[in-house]
Amino acid sequence: MTDKVQLEEVNIHFGKTHAVKDISMSFPENSVTAIIGPSGCGKSTLLRSINRMHDLVPSARVTGKILLDNGDIYGRGVDPVSIRRRVGMVFQKPNPFPAMSIYDNVVAGYKLNGRMARAEADEIVESCLKRVALWDEVKDRLKTNAMTLSGGQQQRLCIARTIAVKPEVILMDEPASALDPISTLKIEELIEELKTRYTIIIVTHNMQQAARVSDYTAFLYIGELIECGETKKIFTTPEQKQTEDYITGRFG
Amino acid sequence: MMRSMAFRKTKNHLMTLLMLTATVAVLVPLGLIFFHILKMGFSSLSLDFFTQIPKPTGEEGGGMANGMLGSLIMIAGASLIGLPVGIFGAIYLAEFGGSKVSTSIRFAADVLSGTPSIITGMVAYTLLVVPMKGFSGLAGSVALAMIMIPIVLRTTEEQLKMVPGSLREASLALGVPLWRTSLKVTLRSALSGVLTGVLLAIARISGETAPLLFTSLGNQFWSTDITAPMAAIPLQIFNFAIAPYEDWHRLAWAGALVLVTIMFCLSLTARYFGRSRHNG
Repeated sequence: MTDKVQLEEVNIHFGKTHAVKDISMSFPENSVTAIIGPSGCGKSTLLRSINRMHDLVPSARVTGKILLDNGDIYGRGVDPVSIRRRVGMVFQKPNPFPAMSIYDNVVAGYKLNGRMARAEADEIVESCLKRVALWDEVKDRLKTNAMTLSGGQQQRLCIARTIAVKPEVILMDEPASALDPISTLKIEELIEELKTRYTIIIVTHNMQQAARVSDYTAFLYIGELIECGETKKIFTTPEQKQTEDYITGRFG
Repeated sequence: MMRSMAFRKTKNHLMTLLMLTATVAVLVPLGLIFFHILKMGFSSLSLDFFTQIPKPTGEEGGGMANGMLGSLIMIAGASLIGLPVGIFGAIYLAEFGGSKVSTSIRFAADVLSGTPSIITGMVAYTLLVVPMKGFSGLAGSVALAMIMIPIVLRTTEEQLKMVPGSLREASLALGVPLWRTSLKVTLRSALSGVLTGVLLAIARISGETAPLLFTSLGNQFWSTDITAPMAAIPLQIFNFAIAPYEDWHRLAWAGALVLVTIMFCLSLTARYFGRSRHNG
């Protein structure tokens, strides 16, 4: 299996804070990799560096290499916008565009970047909503405001919006932590479904979730990568004591 | 125990009364202004007032139609200059700024909005009236725009900053460039609040007299030429009110009534937009 994303000695600083320390690891194509670790360990920070979301924070500094299909996304002359088109992101709190309808939210990536043909939009909306299993719930009210949906539905809408622009990698920052158990289950089923087409990197503080959805797991602690490998192995026979302590609930 | 209770109650009543008095003291002048303008102005309002230009001295009747048109043209001109500058400047401050430059711009805007408007008029006079060798509606528009810009800049910036960062991120993560995100997501989300600021700025400049004294000067006749002196309602009110003729005084009152009504409506509309944002 080829590696879609590779990190080489990645360091992230915010001003004087050293948030991510010297992390090297890889994310295999068409698989789910979970990043786990206690609050403040730098997992979200690391995730957001993979689609250059830190570019907007003046104090943030990313060093090292992040390779997407062997090309450094922080290389000279690389446009962060083109990277973000290939690396989509789903956030912790569902954040559909509040002024838009369900329909417009799905094709927001196209509409915000210019106009698109009506027929094409119809097709994208239907196929993406079907893939996130939201179509049957909303097909009769596509033109209503997206904020009328429940939290779980909103998050699935956000995933539909993300896959609508055909990314190669999807970053998920605790996508189910603001949702109820049923909605969480639906999101997890969806992740299972999506990995056939995309490389998924998911940050979660819920270890059961990591064990359920991921193929590979990386454990971060205070900015450092303690251990990474196949999820089965990490959760049954971890090599590091710290990992074992964390997954057995002794700290964190 | 009972005595201190009674004492506290008395104190409470006294303080309530004090604050009530203060509130009334604020409202009374406002009420008096409205009442007086209504009483004096309403009787002088007629169809002629809205369709006629001022009559020569000694002739009865006439109106302020040219002043209304002039005000409209100059406010439109000021908005044409002031709104893009104010709104785009605010986007810069809220989204791209964050450096020393932004801090200085903010400070400059605050100073500018505190500058007496007659000084703004003098600046426009030096910048435009002197080189153009004559008073003009254009100079008036520029003077009004200078008053408008800091108001629009600061209110828009505040509104943009209130847009949650998560929306901005959602758009960026879809591969939308920052400038498009600023315009189509951030500004769009803050639109009703921005509109409120714009309307309040327009209300503010529609009543400005001092900056127009040096710039548009006023005109007794119809004028739509922005390079020539132009009439405006506040200027006409000023000129008519200081004239020694009773019927001109009445016209001034009618003008005042029209002006206050316009500003009242603008403020109400602004409030409406402001409120619908909080509910929606």
